[in-house]
Amino acid sequence: MRPAVLTGEYFMTGDVACAEGALAAGCRFFGGYPITPATEVAEHIAGRLPEVGGTFIQMEDEIAAMASIIGASCAGVKSMTSTSGPGFSLMMENIGLAICTETPCVVVNVQRAGPSTGLPTQGAQGDMMQARWGSHGHYDIIALAPSSPQEIFYQTIDAFNLSETYRLPVLIMTDEMIGHLSERVVIPDAKKIKTVSRPRPKGRKDRFKPFEPGPNGVAPMAHAGEGYHIHVTGLTHDERGYPVMTVEAQKAMMAQLMGKIQRNLDDIIRTEAYRLEDAEVVIVSYGVSARTSLAAVDEAREQGIKAGLLRLVTVWPFPEAQIRNLAKKVKGFVTVEINLGQIHLEVERCAAGKVPSFLVGHPGGTIITPERVVEALKEFF
Amino acid sequence: MVFWRVPFDSEEIQITTGIVYIIEDRCKGCGYCIEYCPRDVLEFSSKFNTKGYHPPAVKKPDDCVNCHYCEILCPEFAIYSVEASTEQG
Amino acid sequence: MKQIKKQVRHPLDDLLRIDRIPHIWCPGCGIGTAFSSCLIAMRESGIDLEKTVMVSGIGCSGRGAGYVNLDSYHTTHGRAIPFATGMKLANPELNVVVFSGDGDLFAIGGNHFIHAARRNVDLTVVCVNNFTYGMTGGQVAATTPLKAKTTTTPVGNPDTPFNLPLLAYASGATYVARWTILHTRDLTESIEEALLNRGFSFIEVLSPCPVNYGRRNKENGIDSLKIYQERTIIRNDAQPWELDIDFDRGIVLGKFIQTERPTCTDRYDNTCRPKELIEGEKGLE
Ligand SMILES: Cc1ncc(C[n+]2csc(CCOP(=O)(O)OP(=O)(O)O)c2C)c(N)n1
Ligand code: SF4
Ligand code: SF4
Ligand code: SF4
Ligand SMILES: [Mg+2]
Repeated sequence: MRPAVLTGEYFMTGDVACAEGALAAGCRFFGGYPITPATEVAEHIAGRLPEVGGTFIQMEDEIAAMASIIGASCAGVKSMTSTSGPGFSLMMENIGLAICTETPCVVVNVQRAGPSTGLPTQGAQGDMMQARWGSHGHYDIIALAPSSPQEIFYQTIDAFNLSETYRLPVLIMTDEMIGHLSERVVIPDAKKIKTVSRPRPKGRKDRFKPFEPGPNGVAPMAHAGEGYHIHVTGLTHDERGYPVMTVEAQKAMMAQLMGKIQRNLDDIIRTEAYRLEDAEVVIVSYGVSARTSLAAVDEAREQGIKAGLLRLVTVWPFPEAQIRNLAKKVKGFVTVEINLGQIHLEVERCAAGKVPSFLVGHPGGTIITPERVVEALKEFF
Repeated sequence: MVFWRVPFDSEEIQITTGIVYIIEDRCKGCGYCIEYCPRDVLEFSSKFNTKGYHPPAVKKPDDCVNCHYCEILCPEFAIYSVEASTEQG
Repeated sequence: MKQIKKQVRHPLDDLLRIDRIPHIWCPGCGIGTAFSSCLIAMRESGIDLEKTVMVSGIGCSGRGAGYVNLDSYHTTHGRAIPFATGMKLANPELNVVVFSGDGDLFAIGGNHFIHAARRNVDLTVVCVNNFTYGMTGGQVAATTPLKAKTTTTPVGNPDTPFNLPLLAYASGATYVARWTILHTRDLTESIEEALLNRGFSFIEVLSPCPVNYGRRNKENGIDSLKIYQERTIIRNDAQPWELDIDFDRGIVLGKFIQTERPTCTDRYDNTCRPKELIEGEKGLE
């Protein structure tokens, strides 16, 4: 029987590294539904969870998969699901339930080209705005975008930690290229892995209010069966969790749901700068496209363009302040992504007309080569 | 075809006497308790409760057999019975 | 003559979120009775209420979870069962009761129902069947009787309703019963048995929606109860395929199925867990 943290050096795919990251983070429930190119996450964890006392279930569809992980999390178990575009669409309503009920869980989207069934076996980054706004209503979300199997291992742990800290679903927006890429992955000693668990209530059970924020702005979470007699609903609710159908209650709840993210942007947002110090042209990219952009930076510099890369490790919440600051000192932005302009719109918004912002996009199915990025830089600047 | 048996579970119910209590302000006046009390103990009251419904009133208190049927049929948790002998002063 | 004195504590008050009463259900709505039966059964069954959870979907019936003074989850439309499945599998010690409506459990949520029954997930599912979508104003449902009028079948429902006990049986439920809110004692007893049954238990409760179903079919609440009284027959030995909803021919009530088979968790432990792990755990007991 293997331990939860498989310390060692491996050659594994992004999907498998994601599953191992989940186990290392303490995930003990996975509700899934097969879909290319995410299936391997479920397949791998299906074999592993029972070894570590966890539970895997293949549900009847992605709606059920998403509902099941919220239920499991409410019962006190860290939970996850993985999917790709069509399944991600089906999960949207319950992602909203997890947002509204402040239920921690992790959703992995191994993106493929859409719309609809699209190119099932070929990657894309076309679900980035869906990740941001896909469930109805206004809300804040956290989404990460790994660029390698090694990173997906760590990001999955990070995703769980963020989700537990702030009590919300956290999305891992990877893509077919990373999911199916086999690379060296080092899994450290279990003691070196930091895991976080949701804040928990203390004090008298009869006075406990399940949605009353604690000192860090996040409410402690009581689990089903602990004697707190909590009520949890996707209706607009007050601190007791009771439905209240008023504008005031809606305002207060929204302030809480958004506030816990907005007040902690510095703790949540992760970006990586590559040769940005003296850059005149900033490439903004994430996931697999950040890998090709990295090569493009070096190549562009060889050709005399002072390029740098801002890699979005978390794509949502968007690093607005960082882009705004850069806009004051650089000549322009180029967003590289495998869609026809999604994060590009965000960069353009934050550049706010101060400097031009361009897109190097692609309709999906393959990566954007460094050569294309360099060509574009030459053309734009 | 005869579909029904009367009265409800009569074999199981001990014939005792009961006192029926009505939480008038919870009542929404559906009349189920009145219609289905096996002893016809209840009737609509002529007064209104705070929600504007006519709650039931006890018409024949001595006839209540403490069967609890009104209690379990009421959708509003507005009526219940207790055994007369167990009632303290 | 006995003295009638004012008292304010209903026997179910400690199981209710009193601060949320009166509930939203209309005058004459049967959901309150079905809910009350469910609470009595929960108490009478002797199960540990601190480890008992009510999960509902969306609809008038789905508001049930909001009134029980226990852990309770009001989820999304149709998704109470998969939510409850995740909860039960994550913590098998919990008693999970799903209380929801016919539209929720059998139209939008129908697929989840058959799969949870197939797996024999240890849940108790109480379905308030009012033959319609009460909450949205009385549209046709998967349970609306043939020819009945609803807002979306203004001249009558052209489709055949589900026979829910048959569906539950065919899908693998290990406890199946049908009662009406008028048969409150039998209903309570059934819910109690279902709570104690290890496995997927299903209870259909026929219940009036006088406001959004009855009104269009010239039936007030009392009329509905009269129909439940006059046009039903109790036959515990009825075969599941004899249970069509047809008020002209009469409706069969009863406890139709009570059987045993390994639950979802039993099968998972026996099939998927490494033997060492199970034996290791046994050694600890
Ligand atoms: C995804 C979704 N679709 C539609 C609705 C609107 N809706 C709310 S309740 C309901 C029907 C409820 O019917 P039922 O489960 O029978 O409950 P009842 O109100 O009759 O008790 C519908 C369609 C919704 N809330 N969510
Ligand atoms: S307890 Fe029985 S007899 Fe007494 S009022 Fe209620 S229904 Fe009638
Ligand atoms: S059954 Fe309940 S709500 Fe209906 S009339 Fe009687 S007391 Fe009132
Ligand atoms: S609309 Fe119908 S089901 Fe809903 S509360 Fe009113 S009577 Fe009950
Ligand atoms: Mg209904």
